[in-house]
Amino acid sequence: MSGLRESRKRLFVFIAAGLLVCFGLAGLVSGFASGSPDGLEKVAGDQGFLETAQDHALAGSPLAGYQVQGVSNGRLSGGLAGLAGVSLTFGLGLLVFSGTRALRGDRRDAVITDS
Amino acid sequence: MHIPDGFIDAPVSIAAGVVAVVGMTYCVKRASADLDDRLAPMAGLVAAFIFAAQMLNFPVASGTSGHLLGGALAAILVGPAAGAMCVAVVLLIQALFADGGLTALGLNITNMALVTAFVGYALFLLFKRFLGSSDGRVAVAAGVAAGISVPISALVFSLEFALGGVADLNVGAVIAAMVGTHVLVGIGEGIITGLTVAAVLRTRPDLVHGVRGRARDLELRSGAAATA
Repeated sequence: MSGLRESRKRLFVFIAAGLLVCFGLAGLVSGFASGSPDGLEKVAGDQGFLETAQDHALAGSPLAGYQVQGVSNGRLSGGLAGLAGVSLTFGLGLLVFSGTRALRGDRRDAVITDS
Repeated sequence: MHIPDGFIDAPVSIAAGVVAVVGMTYCVKRASADLDDRLAPMAGLVAAFIFAAQMLNFPVASGTSGHLLGGALAAILVGPAAGAMCVAVVLLIQALFADGGLTALGLNITNMALVTAFVGYALFLLFKRFLGSSDGRVAVAAGVAAGISVPISALVFSLEFALGGVADLNVGAVIAAMVGTHVLVGIGEGIITGLTVAAVLRTRPDLVHGVRGRARDLELRSGAAATA
Protein backbone atom coordinates (compact mmCIF):
# COMPACT_ATOMS: atom_id res chain seq x y z
CA MET A 1 0.00 0.00 0.00
CA SER A 2 2.77 2.43 0.93
CA GLY A 3 4.64 1.24 -2.19
CA LEU A 4 1.69 2.29 -4.33
CA ARG A 5 1.44 5.63 -2.57
CA GLU A 6 5.18 6.14 -2.99
CA SER A 7 4.96 5.36 -6.70
CA ARG A 8 2.03 7.77 -7.13
CA LYS A 9 3.98 10.46 -5.35
CA ARG A 10 7.01 9.88 -7.58
CA LEU A 11 4.82 10.08 -10.67
CA PHE A 12 3.23 13.31 -9.41
CA VAL A 13 6.67 14.83 -8.82
CA PHE A 14 7.82 13.79 -12.32
CA ILE A 15 4.70 15.24 -13.99
CA ALA A 16 4.94 18.46 -11.96
CA ALA A 17 8.62 18.88 -12.81
CA GLY A 18 7.89 18.12 -16.47
CA LEU A 19 5.15 20.74 -16.56
CA LEU A 20 7.51 23.30 -15.04
CA VAL A 21 9.94 22.59 -17.89
CA CYS A 22 7.08 23.05 -20.41
CA PHE A 23 6.04 26.35 -18.79
CA GLY A 24 9.63 27.53 -18.91
CA LEU A 25 10.00 26.62 -22.58
CA ALA A 26 6.66 28.07 -23.71
CA GLY A 27 6.68 31.05 -21.34
CA LEU A 28 10.30 32.19 -21.48
CA VAL A 29 12.43 30.40 -24.08
CA SER A 30 9.78 30.91 -26.80
CA GLY A 31 10.63 34.63 -26.80
CA PHE A 32 14.00 33.72 -28.30
CA ALA A 33 12.70 31.38 -31.01
CA SER A 34 13.48 32.04 -34.65
CA GLY A 35 10.94 34.29 -36.34
CA SER A 36 11.76 33.02 -39.83
CA PRO A 37 9.02 31.22 -41.77
CA ASP A 38 8.92 27.48 -41.12
CA GLY A 39 9.85 24.88 -43.73
CA LEU A 40 6.43 24.63 -45.36
CA GLU A 41 5.85 28.39 -45.36
CA LYS A 42 9.28 29.01 -46.89
CA VAL A 43 8.75 26.41 -49.61
CA ALA A 44 5.27 27.83 -50.29
CA GLY A 45 6.78 31.29 -50.68
CA ASP A 46 9.65 30.13 -52.89
CA GLN A 47 7.50 27.89 -55.09
CA GLY A 48 4.70 30.43 -55.34
CA PHE A 49 1.74 28.89 -53.57
CA LEU A 50 1.83 30.90 -50.35
CA GLU A 51 -0.84 33.27 -51.69
CA THR A 52 -3.35 30.39 -51.91
CA ALA A 53 -3.42 30.35 -48.07
CA GLN A 54 -6.59 31.78 -46.58
CA ASP A 55 -7.02 33.57 -43.29
CA HIS A 56 -7.61 31.27 -40.35
CA ALA A 57 -11.24 30.94 -39.30
CA LEU A 58 -10.17 31.72 -35.73
CA ALA A 59 -7.87 34.62 -36.68
CA GLY A 60 -9.86 36.77 -34.24
CA SER A 61 -9.23 34.40 -31.32
CA PRO A 62 -7.80 36.11 -28.21
CA LEU A 63 -4.77 33.79 -28.59
CA ALA A 64 -4.34 34.08 -32.38
CA GLY A 65 -0.76 34.05 -33.58
CA TYR A 66 0.54 32.95 -30.15
CA GLN A 67 -0.10 36.43 -28.76
CA VAL A 68 -2.55 37.34 -26.01
CA GLN A 69 -4.86 40.01 -27.35
CA GLY A 70 -4.45 43.31 -25.54
CA VAL A 71 -0.92 42.68 -24.24
CA SER A 72 1.30 44.98 -26.26
CA ASN A 73 4.76 43.74 -25.20
CA GLY A 74 5.43 41.03 -27.77
CA ARG A 75 7.62 38.79 -25.65
CA LEU A 76 5.30 39.01 -22.63
CA SER A 77 2.25 38.46 -24.82
CA GLY A 78 3.87 35.44 -26.49
CA GLY A 79 5.01 34.04 -23.16
CA LEU A 80 1.54 34.33 -21.65
CA ALA A 81 0.05 32.69 -24.74
CA GLY A 82 2.57 29.88 -24.30
CA LEU A 83 1.60 29.37 -20.66
CA ALA A 84 -2.07 29.28 -21.67
CA GLY A 85 -1.32 26.80 -24.45
CA VAL A 86 0.64 24.43 -22.22
CA SER A 87 -2.17 24.52 -19.62
CA LEU A 88 -4.90 23.96 -22.21
CA THR A 89 -2.96 21.15 -23.90
CA PHE A 90 -2.24 19.36 -20.62
CA GLY A 91 -5.89 19.77 -19.59
CA LEU A 92 -7.32 18.46 -22.85
CA GLY A 93 -4.74 15.66 -22.83
CA LEU A 94 -5.75 14.56 -19.34
CA LEU A 95 -9.40 14.63 -20.36
CA VAL A 96 -8.83 12.63 -23.57
CA PHE A 97 -6.54 10.04 -21.96
CA SER A 98 -8.66 9.62 -18.84
CA GLY A 99 -11.62 9.02 -21.15
CA THR A 100 -9.59 6.53 -23.17
CA ARG A 101 -8.57 4.71 -20.01
CA ALA A 102 -12.22 4.59 -18.90
CA LEU A 103 -13.04 2.82 -22.19
CA ARG A 104 -10.78 -0.03 -21.18
CA GLY A 105 -12.69 -0.54 -17.93
CA ASP A 106 -15.94 -0.88 -19.87
CA ARG A 107 -14.43 -3.35 -22.27
CA ARG A 108 -12.91 -5.49 -19.56
CA ASP A 109 -16.29 -5.72 -17.88
CA ALA A 110 -17.81 -6.72 -21.20
CA VAL A 111 -15.23 -9.45 -21.65
CA ILE A 112 -15.95 -10.81 -18.20
CA THR A 113 -19.70 -10.79 -18.87
CA ASP A 114 -19.12 -12.56 -22.20
CA SER A 115 -17.15 -15.36 -20.62
CA MET B 1 4.58 22.24 -41.18
CA HIS B 2 1.03 23.29 -40.24
CA ILE B 3 -1.00 23.46 -43.45
CA PRO B 4 -3.24 26.56 -43.55
CA ASP B 5 -6.68 26.65 -45.17
CA GLY B 6 -6.55 27.01 -48.94
CA PHE B 7 -3.38 25.11 -49.91
CA ILE B 8 -5.16 21.82 -50.61
CA ASP B 9 -8.56 21.49 -52.31
CA ALA B 10 -11.75 20.24 -50.64
CA PRO B 11 -11.79 16.61 -51.94
CA VAL B 12 -8.26 15.84 -50.74
CA SER B 13 -8.86 17.71 -47.45
CA ILE B 14 -12.03 15.69 -46.86
CA ALA B 15 -10.27 12.43 -47.75
CA ALA B 16 -7.54 13.28 -45.24
CA GLY B 17 -10.26 14.10 -42.72
CA VAL B 18 -11.62 10.58 -43.17
CA VAL B 19 -8.11 9.13 -42.75
CA ALA B 20 -7.69 11.21 -39.57
CA VAL B 21 -11.03 10.09 -38.08
CA VAL B 22 -10.44 6.41 -38.89
CA GLY B 23 -6.83 6.62 -37.70
CA MET B 24 -7.74 8.34 -34.44
CA THR B 25 -10.55 5.85 -33.77
CA TYR B 26 -8.03 3.05 -34.17
CA CYS B 27 -5.60 4.88 -31.87
CA VAL B 28 -8.21 5.35 -29.13
CA LYS B 29 -9.09 1.66 -29.32
CA ARG B 30 -5.50 0.52 -29.30
CA ALA B 31 -4.42 2.96 -26.59
CA SER B 32 -7.33 1.96 -24.37
CA ALA B 33 -6.19 -1.66 -24.47
CA ASP B 34 -2.66 -0.58 -23.70
CA LEU B 35 -3.11 1.93 -20.91
CA ASP B 36 -1.91 1.67 -17.40
CA ASP B 37 -2.68 4.05 -14.55
CA ARG B 38 0.29 6.24 -15.29
CA LEU B 39 -0.51 6.86 -18.93
CA ALA B 40 -3.10 9.62 -18.64
CA PRO B 41 -0.88 12.14 -16.83
CA MET B 42 2.23 11.04 -18.75
CA ALA B 43 0.48 11.43 -22.13
CA GLY B 44 -0.91 14.79 -21.02
CA LEU B 45 2.63 15.88 -20.15
CA VAL B 46 3.95 14.64 -23.51
CA ALA B 47 1.26 16.66 -25.32
CA ALA B 48 2.08 19.76 -23.25
CA PHE B 49 5.78 19.31 -24.02
CA ILE B 50 5.09 19.06 -27.76
CA PHE B 51 2.98 22.23 -27.62
CA ALA B 52 5.82 24.05 -25.86
CA ALA B 53 8.50 22.66 -28.19
CA GLN B 54 6.50 23.63 -31.28
CA MET B 55 6.76 27.27 -30.16
CA LEU B 56 10.54 27.00 -30.29
CA ASN B 57 11.37 27.49 -33.94
CA PHE B 58 15.06 26.90 -34.60
CA PRO B 59 16.87 28.27 -37.66
CA VAL B 60 17.69 25.61 -40.26
CA ALA B 61 18.93 27.61 -43.26
CA SER B 62 18.95 31.22 -44.34
CA GLY B 63 15.51 32.63 -43.69
CA THR B 64 13.99 29.26 -42.77
CA SER B 65 13.08 27.79 -39.42
CA GLY B 66 11.72 24.49 -38.20
CA HIS B 67 10.17 23.17 -35.05
CA LEU B 68 9.71 19.79 -33.45
CA LEU B 69 6.86 17.73 -34.92
CA GLY B 70 7.03 15.42 -31.93
CA GLY B 71 5.08 12.44 -33.24
CA ALA B 72 8.04 10.07 -33.08
CA LEU B 73 9.04 11.38 -29.65
CA ALA B 74 5.51 10.90 -28.32
CA ALA B 75 5.31 7.40 -29.83
CA ILE B 76 8.56 6.34 -28.17
CA LEU B 77 7.46 7.74 -24.80
CA VAL B 78 3.83 6.56 -24.66
CA GLY B 79 3.38 4.20 -27.63
CA PRO B 80 2.42 5.03 -31.24
CA ALA B 81 -1.36 5.07 -30.72
CA ALA B 82 -1.32 7.30 -27.64
CA GLY B 83 1.54 9.27 -29.21
CA ALA B 84 -0.50 10.12 -32.31
CA MET B 85 -3.34 11.16 -29.99
CA CYS B 86 -0.95 13.50 -28.13
CA VAL B 87 -0.09 15.34 -31.36
CA ALA B 88 -3.77 15.48 -32.36
CA VAL B 89 -4.55 17.10 -28.98
CA VAL B 90 -1.80 19.66 -29.67
CA LEU B 91 -3.22 20.39 -33.15
CA LEU B 92 -6.72 20.90 -31.71
CA ILE B 93 -5.44 23.38 -29.13
CA GLN B 94 -3.33 25.15 -31.77
CA ALA B 95 -6.53 25.97 -33.66
CA LEU B 96 -7.24 28.45 -30.83
CA PHE B 97 -3.92 30.05 -31.72
CA ALA B 98 -4.99 30.25 -35.39
CA ASP B 99 -2.18 27.84 -36.32
CA GLY B 100 -3.07 25.18 -38.92
CA GLY B 101 -6.28 25.67 -40.90
CA LEU B 102 -9.55 24.21 -39.63
CA THR B 103 -10.36 22.69 -43.03
CA ALA B 104 -6.78 21.34 -43.06
CA LEU B 105 -7.09 19.69 -39.64
CA GLY B 106 -7.48 16.25 -41.21
CA LEU B 107 -4.40 16.83 -43.36
CA ASN B 108 -2.39 18.05 -40.40
CA ILE B 109 -3.49 15.16 -38.15
CA THR B 110 -2.57 12.72 -40.93
CA ASN B 111 0.86 14.23 -41.62
CA MET B 112 1.97 15.46 -38.22
CA ALA B 113 0.31 12.95 -35.88
CA LEU B 114 -0.37 9.62 -37.62
CA VAL B 115 2.54 9.49 -40.08
CA THR B 116 5.22 10.74 -37.68
CA ALA B 117 4.07 8.57 -34.76
CA PHE B 118 3.65 5.28 -36.63
CA VAL B 119 6.51 5.66 -39.12
CA GLY B 120 8.76 7.08 -36.41
CA TYR B 121 7.96 4.23 -34.05
CA ALA B 122 8.50 1.53 -36.68
CA LEU B 123 11.89 3.05 -37.56
CA PHE B 124 12.74 3.30 -33.85
CA LEU B 125 12.04 -0.41 -33.30
CA LEU B 126 14.14 -1.26 -36.36
CA PHE B 127 17.12 0.85 -35.27
CA LYS B 128 16.85 -0.35 -31.68
CA ARG B 129 17.07 -3.93 -32.90
CA PHE B 130 20.37 -3.17 -34.63
CA LEU B 131 21.82 -0.78 -32.07
CA GLY B 132 20.81 -2.50 -28.85
CA SER B 133 18.84 -1.27 -25.88
CA SER B 134 21.28 0.52 -23.59
CA ASP B 135 20.11 4.04 -22.69
CA GLY B 136 22.54 5.75 -25.04
CA ARG B 137 21.73 3.51 -27.98
CA VAL B 138 17.99 3.84 -27.42
CA ALA B 139 18.37 7.63 -27.44
CA VAL B 140 20.33 7.47 -30.71
CA ALA B 141 17.76 5.13 -32.28
CA ALA B 142 15.01 7.53 -31.14
CA GLY B 143 16.80 10.56 -32.58
CA VAL B 144 17.56 9.01 -35.95
CA ALA B 145 14.02 7.59 -36.29
CA ALA B 146 12.47 10.95 -35.39
CA GLY B 147 14.79 12.76 -37.78
CA ILE B 148 13.78 10.55 -40.71
CA SER B 149 10.08 10.86 -39.83
CA VAL B 150 10.18 14.59 -40.71
CA PRO B 151 11.09 14.35 -44.44
CA ILE B 152 8.66 11.41 -44.68
CA SER B 153 5.93 13.66 -43.31
CA ALA B 154 7.00 16.32 -45.84
CA LEU B 155 6.76 13.69 -48.57
CA VAL B 156 3.18 12.89 -47.54
CA PHE B 157 2.37 16.61 -47.73
CA SER B 158 3.89 16.66 -51.22
CA LEU B 159 1.64 13.77 -52.21
CA GLU B 160 -1.40 15.65 -50.94
CA PHE B 161 -0.21 18.73 -52.83
CA ALA B 162 0.22 16.66 -56.01
CA LEU B 163 -3.34 15.33 -55.65
CA GLY B 164 -5.10 18.45 -54.46
CA GLY B 165 -2.81 21.47 -54.51
CA VAL B 166 -4.85 24.57 -55.39
CA ALA B 167 -1.88 26.25 -57.09
CA ASP B 168 -1.02 24.78 -60.47
CA LEU B 169 2.70 24.17 -60.12
CA ASN B 170 5.48 21.80 -61.05
CA VAL B 171 4.93 19.10 -58.44
CA GLY B 172 8.47 17.75 -58.77
CA ALA B 173 9.96 21.08 -57.69
CA VAL B 174 7.61 21.26 -54.70
CA ILE B 175 8.53 17.72 -53.62
CA ALA B 176 12.26 18.42 -53.95
CA ALA B 177 11.99 21.67 -51.97
CA MET B 178 9.77 20.15 -49.26
CA VAL B 179 11.91 17.07 -48.71
CA GLY B 180 15.20 18.98 -48.98
CA THR B 181 14.15 21.61 -46.44
CA HIS B 182 12.71 19.02 -44.07
CA VAL B 183 15.85 16.89 -44.07
CA LEU B 184 17.39 19.92 -42.32
CA VAL B 185 14.41 20.31 -39.97
CA GLY B 186 14.73 16.58 -39.26
CA ILE B 187 18.24 17.06 -37.91
CA GLY B 188 16.83 19.39 -35.25
CA GLU B 189 13.97 16.98 -34.62
CA GLY B 190 16.47 14.15 -34.15
CA ILE B 191 18.63 16.09 -31.70
CA ILE B 192 15.67 17.27 -29.58
CA THR B 193 14.09 13.80 -29.59
CA GLY B 194 17.34 12.02 -28.70
CA LEU B 195 18.09 14.42 -25.83
CA THR B 196 14.53 14.26 -24.49
CA VAL B 197 14.40 10.47 -24.58
CA ALA B 198 17.82 10.34 -22.90
CA ALA B 199 16.61 12.68 -20.14
CA VAL B 200 13.48 10.61 -19.45
CA LEU B 201 15.48 7.36 -19.57
CA ARG B 202 17.82 8.81 -16.98
CA THR B 203 15.08 9.86 -14.58
CA ARG B 204 12.17 7.46 -15.17
CA PRO B 205 13.08 4.63 -17.61
CA ASP B 206 9.95 2.78 -16.44
CA LEU B 207 7.82 5.49 -18.09
CA VAL B 208 9.32 4.99 -21.57
CA HIS B 209 7.03 2.81 -23.70
CA GLY B 210 9.77 2.15 -26.26
CA VAL B 211 11.87 0.18 -23.75
CA ARG B 212 8.99 -1.50 -21.94
CA GLY B 213 9.93 -4.88 -20.53
CA ARG B 214 13.65 -4.17 -20.74
CA ALA B 215 15.19 -6.43 -18.09
CA ARG B 216 17.65 -3.93 -16.65
CA ASP B 217 14.90 -1.48 -15.65
CA LEU B 218 13.19 -4.19 -13.65
CA GLU B 219 16.49 -4.98 -11.99
CA LEU B 220 17.12 -1.30 -11.36
CA ARG B 221 13.73 -0.85 -9.82
CA SER B 222 14.02 -3.85 -7.55
CA GLY B 223 17.53 -2.66 -6.69
CA ALA B 224 16.15 0.77 -5.83
CA ALA B 225 13.43 -0.85 -3.73
CA ALA B 226 16.05 -2.89 -1.88
CA THR B 227 18.12 0.16 -1.01
CA ALA B 228 15.06 2.17 0.00
